[in-house]
Amino acid sequence: MSTTLTPKSSPIDSPDLRAWKSASGGGDTSQPPGLLSGAFLQETLAMTRRLFIQLQRRPSTLVAGVIQPLIWLFLFGALFQNVPQGLFGESSNYGQFLAAGIIVFTAFGGALNAGLPVMFDREFGFLNRFLVAPLASRYSIVVASAIFIAALSIVQTAAVITLSAFLGAGWPDPLGLALVVLILLTLVLGVTALSLGLTFALPGHIELIAVIFVTNLPLLFASTALVPLDFMPGWLQVVASLNPLTYAIEPIRYLYLHPDWSLGSVVLQSPWGSISLGVCLAVLIGFCAIALLAIQPLLRRRIA
Amino acid sequence: MPPAVLIEKLKKSYGSVEAVKDVSLTIQPGEIFGLLGPNGAGKTTTIRCLCTLASPDSGNIEINGTSVVDDPKVARQSLGYIAQEVALDPVLTGRELLQLQADIYHIPRKVSRDRIPQMIDLLELTDWADKKTGTYSGGLKKRLDLALGLLHQPEVLVLDEPTVGLDIETRSAVWQFLRQLKAAGTTVLITSHYLEEVDALADRVAIIDNGVVIAAGTPNELKDRIGGDRITLRIREFTPDDEARSAQEMLARLPFVQEVIINSAQGNSLNLVVEPQSDALLSVQQSLKEAGLSTFGISQSRPSLDDVYLAATGRTLMDAELAAVGTRNLKKERKEAMKGT
Repeated sequence: MSTTLTPKSSPIDSPDLRAWKSASGGGDTSQPPGLLSGAFLQETLAMTRRLFIQLQRRPSTLVAGVIQPLIWLFLFGALFQNVPQGLFGESSNYGQFLAAGIIVFTAFGGALNAGLPVMFDREFGFLNRFLVAPLASRYSIVVASAIFIAALSIVQTAAVITLSAFLGAGWPDPLGLALVVLILLTLVLGVTALSLGLTFALPGHIELIAVIFVTNLPLLFASTALVPLDFMPGWLQVVASLNPLTYAIEPIRYLYLHPDWSLGSVVLQSPWGSISLGVCLAVLIGFCAIALLAIQPLLRRRIA
Repeated sequence: MPPAVLIEKLKKSYGSVEAVKDVSLTIQPGEIFGLLGPNGAGKTTTIRCLCTLASPDSGNIEINGTSVVDDPKVARQSLGYIAQEVALDPVLTGRELLQLQADIYHIPRKVSRDRIPQMIDLLELTDWADKKTGTYSGGLKKRLDLALGLLHQPEVLVLDEPTVGLDIETRSAVWQFLRQLKAAGTTVLITSHYLEEVDALADRVAIIDNGVVIAAGTPNELKDRIGGDRITLRIREFTPDDEARSAQEMLARLPFVQEVIINSAQGNSLNLVVEPQSDALLSVQQSLKEAGLSTFGISQSRPSLDDVYLAATGRTLMDAELAAVGTRNLKKERKEAMKGT
């Protein structure tokens, strides 16, 4: 290989390095930039771009990520296909009922796993590049992951919605679809924040996987993804009504069935009263804000 | 002008392990400073604290007069950090990683558009810049790592064991490159457990052992401080034990000889510490001849940094390395370090 950097041909004997050094300076050192700055945007977009390049060159994540919810929908839908009409609320069939649950659960699963690649970066030492850099805010790491997962979720959601339509679930109206996207973005940002918080707090990927493992399915079963609230025993109704996933699932399910929806429409009869679509959105936004605030001290930690 | 790097009474423990007990260093702008010590001496922990990857338990660290603890963002902007293990994203190309690095240091696009190709040229990565880094050799990876660390033109470049695991050619290229960086005004801090590396590169050295600085100064000062010259002598290529011992007794009686050690690891060669005087070599040869012993090889040299380490700790760096093998649990240390704070 002739590419070895040989001293005699090293270009710095010439005044090149001096010239290079005196060329226009590095980043702006005068004022460390904050969260709402061009610098934050620049670093966030750069990290996001990296994730998309990875996806483009290793598309198996995307392929598996689209196939998995479709299998869920198909198999789970078939499992309860013969359930008597009316058992699942207003839905005309279980597939229609299930679609909202699968959409939310898929987005949630993706966001919950968002910390894993960052944990591997941390273990391989790549994360140190970000940690020693003068980032405007380490929230750029969170936001970059969230943008990536959100984009992935939207592709998955499109696939689920399309397959459900073929299975006879129909389509939400366009504005309803926009609201579905908004709900998913809020959920993904909040859960991604929590997952990255865990990544900064836990010692390694084994521990992170363990936490993901014990969180994932219980949160699914303790939500209205698979059965309606009034189907559950009383105590589980309470748990499911505290589960943020329920507040994402029920509005989407409602949007599917009611083209005449409004923010005031009641979408959930919780043990402590009826909850409107608007309240669900507020709960999700509140959850997201709390998650983002809660991880702030973890992001500030100095880890190597 | 404040020192480029100031470390005062640094202390850092991981769990029950006191990685750094008491380290103080002052590094002047534009010098190459070497932190020398065996594995496990506390070099990397010191560097981690300096580069804001770990919080000191106590002590003060400043870069250009700015505290890295109180004002980490300013410190990070002035620092370039090259870790011991090259961590690259194997899926991205060299050029893509350089662009990522430019963006996380907030280099404006119109500047990075010119500077990235310059760095690629400078480190002779042209043929490889658009290939995935997963296909790179060890030497290439290190060069890309240097390019990444230098892209934002840091005032202080910190390199942790820059040549461990590199082939000889890349190693000498890295040395050359660091000298040229210094010539261009960059302050360089390297850690190493290679004596020659520090001796060849560093303007000033601190020797660190067990988390404590045991000697600091220019390599020459340190060598002068322990005094005496070294004579390495071989009677035969492989000298029998009894012959080596009788020569040892005989030579120890010479008035200018301070100490005679038999180095069994090197075929029973004799290592003499002598008072610096011009005819020491001749006198030793003369005495050997009178005793009827031959001389296979003989050379005189100034003390090395290893002798400095030996004088301070009572063991050679090599011994320290060997002693450390098996007593360190690297996996556990890594876990402890990852727990952070």
